[in-house]
Amino acid sequence: MAVSGLIFIGFVLTHMYGNLKAFGGHDSFNEYAHHIREFGEPILPHEGALWIIRVALIVSLVVHVACAVALWRRAAKARSVKYVVKKSKASSLSSRTMRWGGITLLVFIVWHLLNFTIGKVNVQGGATDDPYNLMVDSFDVWWLTLLYLVAMVALGMHLHHGVFSAAQTLGLTNNDKARRNAKAAGALLAVVIAGGFSLVPIFVLAGVITK
Amino acid sequence: MKFTLNIWRQPDAVTAGKIHTYELDEVSEDMSFLEMLDVLNEDLNAKGEEPVAFDSDCREGICGSCGLMINGEAHGPEVTTTCQLHMRSFKDGDSITIEPWRADAFPVIKDLVVDRGAFDRIIQQGGYISVNTGAAPDAHATPVPKDKADRAFDVATCISCGACVAACPNGSASLFVGAKITHLGELPQGQAERDTRVVNMVAQHDHEGFGGCTNIGECTAACPKEIPLDVISRLNWDLHAALRHGK
Ligand code: HEM
Ligand code: SF4
Ligand code: FES
Repeated sequence: MAVSGLIFIGFVLTHMYGNLKAFGGHDSFNEYAHHIREFGEPILPHEGALWIIRVALIVSLVVHVACAVALWRRAAKARSVKYVVKKSKASSLSSRTMRWGGITLLVFIVWHLLNFTIGKVNVQGGATDDPYNLMVDSFDVWWLTLLYLVAMVALGMHLHHGVFSAAQTLGLTNNDKARRNAKAAGALLAVVIAGGFSLVPIFVLAGVITK
Repeated sequence: MKFTLNIWRQPDAVTAGKIHTYELDEVSEDMSFLEMLDVLNEDLNAKGEEPVAFDSDCREGICGSCGLMINGEAHGPEVTTTCQLHMRSFKDGDSITIEPWRADAFPVIKDLVVDRGAFDRIIQQGGYISVNTGAAPDAHATPVPKDKADRAFDVATCISCGACVAACPNGSASLFVGAKITHLGELPQGQAERDTRVVNMVAQHDHEGFGGCTNIGECTAACPKEIPLDVISRLNWDLHAALRHGK
């Protein structure tokens, strides 16, 4: 679970960096989208590197979700009679919403792939063959931007606890200081990644990034 | 002081239980929580009703048998055991809900008493050091670095009360197992069995039906001995090491 989670973190960091190319304008963004397809050529075939990444991500997703389901089922079996009164004293909201937050992310990922990768849905009904224009058309629609921002809150919360939890699972937080650092790293990555992803949709909606 | 007590009553392991409400008056704020329950039981006895069954032994915070879920908090609102909790921690007129530890690995025997035998079986899988006993060795025969001795001592304060399991949303006993792994793993005497200890204790933990840890941290907050969350990191580290060594 920790390893698949860390693979996702590596991916979302790179993905976020790619998205920020939208601030460089139409050509800069599309060139990036084009370039990841040529990456590694001629040693790798066209889209070779992209497919390696895709397979790694799909495998990680299967592992990650399988672990999550196993943990959830074990927890349900470990306490079949619930408390009449139960308080949460010390845990963060993020840590308590990993499962429902994870489901939110899964639903979002499906929509996101339909939107931009597999389906290429232009909710404004325009052309879909130009990545930059499809993106601007999408985030010009307020409710779609809102949907993305909600997903980024879910991602931020998942990372806030996930980074620390992964450090614990890997046995890297063996004293006070390491534990505090891992928690701080979780908060930092959550803000950087969720914030970084949110910039482009917000600036499109605000009319700063245009076709 | 006056209290309304909502207490889980269950006649035996197989019969379904439910919450009963009792009114208790003239409680002194200097009474411990268990003394308050003793007063209630005297009342019930006098009325010819069945007293409330609960566990206790030392009543000085060291045996770990007095675990109760009090208003949704393991051992109540203070960082201590139920026997060391006093009624001054509550307000006059409070309504207090008292439940047994809830974990399928800790089945209810009666009312508030649960069977924590699962912890004993985990300990039997490696929570010890195998040595031939004989004359006591010289105190300085095996040097132990001060920082390791301190850490081992700190986590050895775990009294196996089960509050960590009771508080954990996953019903995991990782804090308890982590405390034992860290305690023996810090000491030179614990090295020979370090790999098999962690593998066997974790296997028994899972076999007993405790949940998997997701590092939420409710356990540490509930622990009367303030065992820190990093013992779980240590548990994972030792487990990975043992698996690498092919154990
Ligand atoms: C596809 C939907 C997803 C689901 C259903 C899901 C679910 C979960 C669950 C239930 C946990 C375990 C709870 C815990 O450790 O506290 C978890 C942990 C984690 N998740 Fe996700 N998650 C998803 C996507 C993601 C994504 C996109 C990322 C990264 C960007 C991510 C990163 C992590 C990390 C780092 C952990 C901690 C691993 C550990 O404790 O060992 N997850 N996830
Ligand atoms: S770790 Fe703390 S809460 Fe858990 S059994 Fe030991 S003393 Fe009790
Ligand atoms: S009765 Fe021994 S710790 Fe409370």
